[in-house]
Amino acid sequence: MNGPRFPVLSRLLHWLMALMILAMLFIGIGMVSSLGDYHWLLSIHRPLGIAILVLVAVRLANRQINPPPPLPADMPAPLRVAAHASHIVLYGLMFAVPLVGWAMLSAARAPIVLYGTLELPPILPQDVMVYAWLREAHTVLALALFAVFLLHLAAALLHALVFRDGVWGSMASPRGGRGTA
Amino acid sequence: MTLKKSAHGRYWPWPPGPGVLAGLGATGLVIAGVAGAFAYTGGLLSPGALTQTRIIDRFQAINGVHPGFRRNHAKGVCVTGTFASNGLGARLSRAAVFAPGSVPVIGRFAVGIGKPFLPDNGTEVRSLALSFRPAGGEEWRTGMNDIPVFPVKDAEGFYALMAASAADPGTGKPDPARMKDFLAAHPETARALALIRARPFSTGFANASYNGLDAFRFVDAAGRSTPVRWSMVALDPFVAQTPPPAGARDPNYLFDDLVARLDAGPLRYRFVVTVGQPGDPTGDATLPWPAGRQQVDAGTLTLDHVEAEGPGNCRDINYDPLVLPDGIAASDDPLLSARSAAYSVSFTRRAGEPKTPSEVQPPPARPAAADLPKTGGEP
Ligand code: HEM
Ligand code: HEM
Ligand code: HEM
Repeated sequence: MNGPRFPVLSRLLHWLMALMILAMLFIGIGMVSSLGDYHWLLSIHRPLGIAILVLVAVRLANRQINPPPPLPADMPAPLRVAAHASHIVLYGLMFAVPLVGWAMLSAARAPIVLYGTLELPPILPQDVMVYAWLREAHTVLALALFAVFLLHLAAALLHALVFRDGVWGSMASPRGGRGTA
Repeated sequence: MTLKKSAHGRYWPWPPGPGVLAGLGATGLVIAGVAGAFAYTGGLLSPGALTQTRIIDRFQAINGVHPGFRRNHAKGVCVTGTFASNGLGARLSRAAVFAPGSVPVIGRFAVGIGKPFLPDNGTEVRSLALSFRPAGGEEWRTGMNDIPVFPVKDAEGFYALMAASAADPGTGKPDPARMKDFLAAHPETARALALIRARPFSTGFANASYNGLDAFRFVDAAGRSTPVRWSMVALDPFVAQTPPPAGARDPNYLFDDLVARLDAGPLRYRFVVTVGQPGDPTGDATLPWPAGRQQVDAGTLTLDHVEAEGPGNCRDINYDPLVLPDGIAASDDPLLSARSAAYSVSFTRRAGEPKTPSEVQPPPARPAAADLPKTGGEP
């Protein structure tokens, strides 16, 4: 089915970040319950998380330049609101989770090593209570991101398999947009 | 496939046809699959597996919860000073701390128990933890003990040893039968304990030498990697503790002696790197390396200031053994990642708890240079 589509850069960013975020959620939840894999997983977790923080800024800028296509005209208002609200929440969490990760390591005064000698500066003064609070927030927000991601995935599959309204294709179709065969 | 038109439009496919039911089913399966994979990765489906959380829970079960204190090595004191590198370490490691020059150090002396108010006892493991802070970042943290080898080779051994050596609630003493069973199942611990017991303890913190025990890898400027172990070797002459201290001693005598020693002048240690040869065990901290390995004296640690644990000093540092600069890397020793993981849980818990003052309260430091008269009013 052909319909309006997301610009190619938007689709590229969406799928790249979908893979990265999903990987991060699994790495995060895996490393905190693994003694043997903790260290190497955490050493991927930090740079990959910071890359997501950079990319989400790029993605928001791109969204201003290349706005998303409109949702189908016959989509009921509650579904539209849900779609928009979930996207706002996803953007909020894509920013908040890595930012909290950076901030909590800053408050713990732990070196934020990305790779080799490449280190990020702290963004908060040392305060272990603040660390403990942010560490909890990192978990809660990451689990919220996973929950909203599951809803988003369910919605995307419903668009593809049940509603069949072209929304799936607008993000997922590798082929031409409206009017092309 | 053609869509069966529903009376309410495509967003309310009622009554649902087979295509819609199949779509709903497929969606449900995918969601359940992803959620299940997440739960599996998080260990929810394998409650028997040993995790960092369970290790720290066991510390708490054995020692009780002492809010704000480390779950192990709970009783300690903060020290500061400098590490003066002589440049010889730079042949093995490109880490900034080994370039000639000196870097500030924040350290902590402690005894290896999880109870912060227990009286000092002469046969406890003493430890020295250090954070080296070169100007350009690249911090290095290490925690060392005054024993020649570690009693266990992995986290599973550690977890089991904790249970085997814990006091029996009935007798108040460890159950010898459980220890015997443990040692039968862990001959490496039996061998390591024999080495640990064969070496006398020193009279205090100042004349003990502290060993990193785990192997690491030094990486030089050309990328060449060398297996190493390291030690801080006291310049104060070793004096063996004989006989074991009488029960009536000052409950904080180890720490009080340390403070008195620092009052008399700075403490010095040589930083000695032992260079491993191919075949030397790097993955098992219960095994000593053969005698006669090359040793490189890479510099001198000077500690000249002592203070009680408090906000922003050593109290608030997680001496995670895998906070390493470029030029020092982990070996294949499984204890390293396990320690890093467990220390993080211990640190996170104590960070969020209200803090109680430490049992160890050195008198406030007197200004080193100025010749101020003693006030006499100090507690
Ligand atoms: C963690 C992973 C994901 C995140 C954070 C995410 C985020 C987003 C966001 C914010 C949008 C709104 C468009 C935009 O502004 O970029 C969007 C659209 C979309 N996503 Fe995802 N997504 C993720 C994974 C997925 C997956 C796995 C699928 C499909 C299986 C999917 C399918 C879609 C579709 C079809 C749209 C278009 C919806 C529309 O037309 O507004 N997404 N996604
Ligand atoms: C989109 C980005 C990120 C996601 C999805 C994510 C996800 C997670 C998850 C799921 C956990 C496990 C939480 C728990 O169960 O307790 C975690 C832990 C952690 N994350 Fe992130 N994270 C992200 C970014 C970051 C960043 C940028 C940093 C730091 C620079 C970071 C540092 C950490 C640390 C230090 C831990 C805890 C390790 C421990 O407690 O031992 N994360 N993260
Ligand atoms: C799997 C094995 C081990 C476990 C589970 C373990 C556990 C712990 C815990 C929970 C702490 C308190 C951390 C904090 O809250 O900051 C600690 C501290 C410490 N550990 Fe271990 N440890 C292990 C192996 C070792 C080894 C092999 C060494 C020796 C080199 C060692 C030396 C130390 C030292 C020196 C400290 C005190 C650090 C300080 O003063 O802050 N540990 N350990």
